[in-house]
Amino acid sequence: MAVAAGGFVGAILRYVISEWVGTAHGFNVATLLINWAGCLVLGWLNTMTSERLPIHPHIRLGIGTGLIGAFTTFSTFTVDAWKLYQVGQVDLALLYILLSVGGGLLFSYAGFRIADGMFRAGAR
Amino acid sequence: MTYMTMLWVGIGGVVGALLRYQVSRAINARTSSPFPWATLAINLSGSWLLGWLTSHLHKLVPTLHNVPMLVLGVGLCGAYTTFSTFSYEAVSLFRARQEILSLTYVALSCLGGLALSAMGLYGLPHSHP
Repeated sequence: MAVAAGGFVGAILRYVISEWVGTAHGFNVATLLINWAGCLVLGWLNTMTSERLPIHPHIRLGIGTGLIGAFTTFSTFTVDAWKLYQVGQVDLALLYILLSVGGGLLFSYAGFRIADGMFRAGAR
Repeated sequence: MTYMTMLWVGIGGVVGALLRYQVSRAINARTSSPFPWATLAINLSGSWLLGWLTSHLHKLVPTLHNVPMLVLGVGLCGAYTTFSTFSYEAVSLFRARQEILSLTYVALSCLGGLALSAMGLYGLPHSHP
């Protein structure tokens, strides 16, 4: 139930943001920003809840698995990379892949570091 | 964008998120490996499905305009696959000093995801006689 509610909100949030931000020259800026933001928040949330602060598992499932899981998307990323390739924007397609993956990993790590820093500050 | 199109995406999102939750539970129950097989299987299958929907859905149900794509593509596939869990798992493996496993996971997800979405979009590669 928590996953369903989170999935409902996450998918709509992604849709609204992608309609609002749109694309620049076929480059899907919205999906890139959505995936980056989701990586940062999930990295923070998972670190906080699994290693530091226990919260109710339903809330963790609803927000982490449901909301952020549905908010970010892997399939749109791979299909959009091919759409860029299809219109001859090979450089942009490669840039989109590199930015998505490299940025996603960095934001995920940043989320962990922020949670880690908060825990250390709290422990003092 | 209307409240109705948002509702269609939300309905697809519910199904997609539940499907991801159940598939990952089913796979995780059958493996004790630290490698994130569940998310890999989900992202690869979802990449194929969105590719296939992108190239076939309009021909199958032309009368329904963009509604099937909003429900199945944006909602279901979008919510079923996940980028945030993928990144988190890759970083977690790296932090656990499983660097090779982490890099293998990233490479398999990206190359596999791109290959499968291409298969969905353009069909299987075939040799021309």
